Amino acid sequence: MLRFILGFIGAVFSLVLLISFFSNVSTFLTSPPEQTAEEEFHKHPKHLALASDGPMGHFDRQQLQRGFQVYKEVCAACHGLSLVAFRDLEALGYNEAEVKAIADQWATEVPTTNPETGEAATRKAIPSDRFPSPYANEVAARAANNNALPPDLSLMTKARHDGAAYVYSLLTGYQKQQPAELLEKFPAAKTPQGLYYNPYFANLNLAMPPPLTSDGQVTYAAGNPAPTVDQMAKDVSAFLVWTAEPKLERRHATGLAVVVFLLFATILGYLAYRNIWYGEKAVVRKTGILDPENQAKAARAKRKAGVKG
Amino acid sequence: MSFAWAKPYEPKSGFMRWIDERLPLPRLVYGAVGGGYPVPRNLNYWWNFGVLAGLFLTIQIVTGIVLAMWYYSSADGAFNSVEHIMRDVNAGWALRYIHMNGASFFFIVTYIHIFRGLYYGSYKAPRELVWMLGLVIYLLMMATAFMGYVLPWGQMSYWGAQVITGFFSAFPLVGEPIRVWLLGGYAPDQAALTRFFSLHYLLPFVIAAVVILHIWALHIPGSGNPTGVDVKDEKDTLPFHPFYTAKDGWAAAAFLTVFALFVYFAPNYMGHPDNYIPANPLATPAHIVPEWYFWPFYAILRAFTVDFILPAKLWGVLAMFASILILFFLPWLDKSPVRSGSYRPVFKRFYWLLIADILILGWCGGAAATPIYVAVSQLAAAYYFAHFLIILPLVSAFERPLPLPDSISSSRLHGEKAEAAPAGITPRRGATTTAG
Repeated sequence: MLRFILGFIGAVFSLVLLISFFSNVSTFLTSPPEQTAEEEFHKHPKHLALASDGPMGHFDRQQLQRGFQVYKEVCAACHGLSLVAFRDLEALGYNEAEVKAIADQWATEVPTTNPETGEAATRKAIPSDRFPSPYANEVAARAANNNALPPDLSLMTKARHDGAAYVYSLLTGYQKQQPAELLEKFPAAKTPQGLYYNPYFANLNLAMPPPLTSDGQVTYAAGNPAPTVDQMAKDVSAFLVWTAEPKLERRHATGLAVVVFLLFATILGYLAYRNIWYGEKAVVRKTGILDPENQAKAARAKRKAGVKG
Repeated sequence: MSFAWAKPYEPKSGFMRWIDERLPLPRLVYGAVGGGYPVPRNLNYWWNFGVLAGLFLTIQIVTGIVLAMWYYSSADGAFNSVEHIMRDVNAGWALRYIHMNGASFFFIVTYIHIFRGLYYGSYKAPRELVWMLGLVIYLLMMATAFMGYVLPWGQMSYWGAQVITGFFSAFPLVGEPIRVWLLGGYAPDQAALTRFFSLHYLLPFVIAAVVILHIWALHIPGSGNPTGVDVKDEKDTLPFHPFYTAKDGWAAAAFLTVFALFVYFAPNYMGHPDNYIPANPLATPAHIVPEWYFWPFYAILRAFTVDFILPAKLWGVLAMFASILILFFLPWLDKSPVRSGSYRPVFKRFYWLLIADILILGWCGGAAATPIYVAVSQLAAAYYFAHFLIILPLVSAFERPLPLPDSISSSRLHGEKAEAAPAGITPRRGATTTAG
C-alpha cells in the first residue's frame, strides 16, 4: 500500500515536471528569448599575470607600493579602503616613520569630536586609523557622483569574478565610442548621458569616468617601469589583491608546511596500516615489503648487485 | 556488543579498573570504537567516510567555537567582524578558511557516505533506523550550513536568507506568518541574524547527539560490508582497533591533505564572490545561488514553472522537501532481499544513472535560470522522483540478482577482491585464483 501511495506521488511530481518541461520548450520555440546587448557585447576579463598568482604566489612589494601610489593619487578621491589601516602599509615595505607621514598627510581627515565643544570635527590620521572614507556618508557620496555610489575597494578583488583581472580589464577597457554594431542591433542600449561604455562591466555602462586617462598621470619614483595607463592599472590591481587578502603569503607558506606534514603523516599512517594488516590480508602480504619472500627477493637482488648490508 | 566473540573490556591498569568499576566509560569506548567492536574484514575505502564525517564535525565545532569568540552577530558589525578575524586575529584567516571550507568538505564526505549506503543497500533491514537517523543528521546539517552561511552578512548571505525563508510563504494562509515568525520581521534583519547565530551554535551539538544514536543503532547489527552478506563467524570480522583505526587513520591523513590544499591554496574556490560584498537589502544580486551542496535541490525548486492546480512555487517547495523525505521510505521502496549493488545488475545501472542525474541537477542548480538549464533540470528532476518512487520498487520486484557468496571469508571464491578473505584460508602466492 505504502509503495502504491509513494509511487503515485512520484508519478504526480514527474507528470507536473513533464508538463512544465513541455510548456517551457513550447514557449522557447514560439517566442525564443531575445538576445540582449549585455549577452553579446560583455567581455570576459583580459589575462593578467601577477606575482601573487598560483599556489606559491607572493607579493611584489615594489609593485604594491606603485599600486598604493595610484590608489592614493587617483582612486582615493572617491573610493574608500575602510578595512585597511595605515599601519598595515608596513607590509608593503614602508617603515614606521614613512607610514606615520603617509597617515599624517592623507588628504581626507578622520572624523572626531572636538574635546572642548563636543562638536563634530576632524583630525589628522595616525597609523592605527583605517583609511578614512572620502565622503561623510552614502548620501554625500551619491550627491557628489551623479547618484552613483563608489564602492569601498578593500575587498574588491575577492568580491568580483576573476578579481584582479577584472579590475585591470575595467580600468583599461573604456571605449570612447560604443561599437557601431551594438548601436545598430540594439538602438535602446545607447550609453545614457553621464555613463561610460565599458564592455568589461556587467551591464556595459558604468557611472565611473575613466580614472586612468593618460600615461604619466602618476609619477613613479626612479627605477620603476614607465607609468603607462596599462602599467598603472596592473599595479593598482596588484595592490587591491593585497588589500583583499593581506595574509596571502602567510597562507601559502603555512599551507606548504601543513601539506608536507600531512603527506608525511599519510605515508607513515599508510605504512602502519600495511604493517597492522600484514597478517590478515593475502594481498598485503603479496606486495608488502615485510613479506619474507619479498625480503628474500630483495636480499638476492642485493647480493647479485654486490651491495653490502 | 554485537557478536558473541566480541572481546570484553579488560582493564590494563589498576587505575582503569578503578574507573571502570565506578563508571564503565572505558568499557563503552572499547566496545564502540576499540578492540571490542568486531567489523567485517572486507570493508573497502568507501567505508572510511563515516569516520571522516565525524572528523569534519569535530573540526567544524572546534573552529566554530573559536570563531564565535570574535564574531559579532549584529547587522551592522557582522561583516566587519569577519574581516577583523581575517586581518587582525592571530591565525584568524586560517580558522575562518578552515571553517568555511570545512563546511563544504563535511558535505563532500557526507554525500560519499550517503551514496555508499545507497549502493550497498545500507538502508535495508536490520539497519533502517541507522539510515533514518543518518537522514536526520543530514537535514540538521543543511539547516546548520544554511544558517552559518547567513552569519557573515554578505550579499549572498542576506539574499539566501531571503529566498530560503521565502519557501515558507509558498504555503497558503499559514506560510507568510510562519516566514515572519522565523525571521522575527518582514525581511532578514537583526532579529534573524541573532537567532540564526544562536541556532547555528546549538545545532552542531544536536548533530553530535544524533551521531551517537546513529552509531548506537549501527552497533546493534554491526557494520554492513561490500558483499551485503551477514557476518557468520569470527573469521569474517576483525576488531575495530587496531585494524580499522589504522585504516581510518591513514585515510583521514590523506583526505586532510586534500582539504589543506583547498584551505591554503584555493580557499574561495567553493565560495561566491558576492559574499564579499556587505549585505544590502536594496540591491538584489544578478544571480542568487546557494552553496554548491544545495544546488540539486535548488534545481528541483526552480524546475516547476507551471501553475498546475497548485501554484508553481508551491510545487517547487513541496518537491524540494519531498526529494529528501522520500529517502526515509527507501527501506520499504526497495524490497530486494539482496543488499549489495554488486550483486544486482539492473539496480547497478539505475544507480549510476541516478548519480549522473543528481550531478546534472547540481550543475543546473548552480547555473543561471535560463530556459535551457531549466528544461534540463525539469527532465532530471522528473527522473529523480521516478527513480526512487517508481523504478526502484519495480526493479526490486523483477530483478534477478547474482548468486551471493556463502560468507564474507569465502567471498574470494566468487570474484571478490582478494582483501575479502583472511590470509590463512586463501591460496597464497602462485596459486591460481578460481575467481570467475
